[in-house]
Amino acid sequence: MFKWLEKNLPKIVMAPAVGLIGWFVYGFVLWTLYISFTNSKILPKYELWGFGQYEKLWASRKWLISVDNLLVFTALFLIFCIVIGIILAIFLDQKIRAEGVLRTIYLYPMALSFIVTGTAWKWILNPTLGIQKMFIDWGFENFTFDWLVNREMAIYTIVIAGVWQSAGFVMALFLAGLRSVEDEIVKAAKIDGAGLFTVYWRILLPMMRPVFFTSFVILVHISIKSYDLIVALTQGGPGISTTMPALFMTQTAFHKSQVGLSAASAMMMFMAVAAVIIPYLYSELRRENAR
Amino acid sequence: MQDKLKSSSYQQLEQKSKYTNMFLRWFLYFVLILFASYFIFPLYVMVVTSLKTMEEIRQGTLLSWPSGLNFESWAVAWGGRGYGAGDTFLRPYFWNSIKMVVPAVFFSTLIGAMTGYVLTKWRFKGDSWVFLFLLFGCFIPFQAILLPMARTLGALGISNSIVGLVLVHTVYGIPFTTLFFRNYYVSVPTELVKAARIDGAGFFKIFFKILLPISAPIIVVTVIWQFTQIWNDFLFGSTFSFGEAAPIQVALNNMVLSSTSVKEYNVDMASAIIAGVPTLIVYVLAGKYFIRGLTSGAVKG
Repeated sequence: MFKWLEKNLPKIVMAPAVGLIGWFVYGFVLWTLYISFTNSKILPKYELWGFGQYEKLWASRKWLISVDNLLVFTALFLIFCIVIGIILAIFLDQKIRAEGVLRTIYLYPMALSFIVTGTAWKWILNPTLGIQKMFIDWGFENFTFDWLVNREMAIYTIVIAGVWQSAGFVMALFLAGLRSVEDEIVKAAKIDGAGLFTVYWRILLPMMRPVFFTSFVILVHISIKSYDLIVALTQGGPGISTTMPALFMTQTAFHKSQVGLSAASAMMMFMAVAAVIIPYLYSELRRENAR
Repeated sequence: MQDKLKSSSYQQLEQKSKYTNMFLRWFLYFVLILFASYFIFPLYVMVVTSLKTMEEIRQGTLLSWPSGLNFESWAVAWGGRGYGAGDTFLRPYFWNSIKMVVPAVFFSTLIGAMTGYVLTKWRFKGDSWVFLFLLFGCFIPFQAILLPMARTLGALGISNSIVGLVLVHTVYGIPFTTLFFRNYYVSVPTELVKAARIDGAGFFKIFFKILLPISAPIIVVTVIWQFTQIWNDFLFGSTFSFGEAAPIQVALNNMVLSSTSVKEYNVDMASAIIAGVPTLIVYVLAGKYFIRGLTSGAVKG
């Protein structure tokens, strides 16, 4: 008995992690998957109902708006975060004075919650007392900035706040990447007469392929999950113009009590994340094994 | 003669490149400072707004300086006005968050350290699959587990309680903590462990005598990561708790959204600062470890 215990001690110690993740991650996802094939309303029902919830989901105007918003948000969020992140990383890499201070400033939003961020930006973008008033008081009397309450433009306020929060993170990833390149490579290129621009554009940035890939995966992942920021900034409004899948899911589940439909929307999100993550994990593991 | 010409034109060229260089430097700093002001702007606005009276807010602009250091809205945000019902303020929810964060960080870090230790130093057949199995947990969108989690918490009798939130945060922290410790212990030479095993040291002795003494940096990284994640969480907090058991982010959101009386933006901003200050302090004091967690975990959700 004691021998057995000693021999299996490592596995026993690891059991809580495997058990908890097995149950609370894999078991729960499977449960949600099953429920998405049933006609559950307030309480889960366990008779299978086929793809009805998915048909309902893709016929729902609110869901289609959510997906549309997610695509617009993801595209802009990705582009701005990566472009700003790269510019800041390259500029900071030029032996800048006070680099530490600047880096701290660029990255501190990552330490804040999306609720805090959303609260701050909601106030800044406030159409009567925020930025609009600032410009009017400065003498631009016809200046209007009402994106927060404008159906067409509200989604872009979420982009502004989201980029503000995450661009510094991309900067940190690229700066770490640039710093890990050996000096010799840059020196050799400079001796060959390459200017600074050429060095970055032709040599260093192409070497940053893995960093691009990592940033892409993480940013897409953040954007698919975005929930808090929308709740704090617009609550999906005006109307339903800034609703997104994560918000759709919780509202359908907990306010409208359509458990089956919300399970179907959760599974759509799950599949979207899996489509991005599985190739990423695969390539990461291959890189690690190659080492 | 030829030589002289050459060297003077070279000097000219050097002079010219010095000017372009100087211009480039100025441009560089200009852009960096421009972005720095974009990043600092909301924080500045939050702080000055929280120090103004509502009258000042209506008179001035976002950027205008407050007339004095007026901490009244901070006091209201933290302790309320004392008129009883309907008076929401952050103090009790701040403590809720502390009571939730401390045990959740402790348990998830402990489990992650143990699991990472086994996965690297007591390897067995299929261990890399086990790691992958755990790692995937970092990425799942939590919407896919919200419904069964709500039912489970109900069945366990801990829905709408801090104990329930501790459980949720511990479980969904494990993939991250395991990732951190596993990646750290991988670089510790296995020979050390093997030698200790030959000397007859057991499983726990090896952990406490060899691994734990060199684990300080990764423990700091993990604790900071978990603290930030759990303190800043809103999804779990808002789904699994309401009323008195809510953590601070939920309370902040409720306070800002409540439309019972005249909107007091100064109190809103003071509340937001109070909710953000603990993680900001950790970031300023231990930024290096914070960034290490971000880039090695690299999976913020």
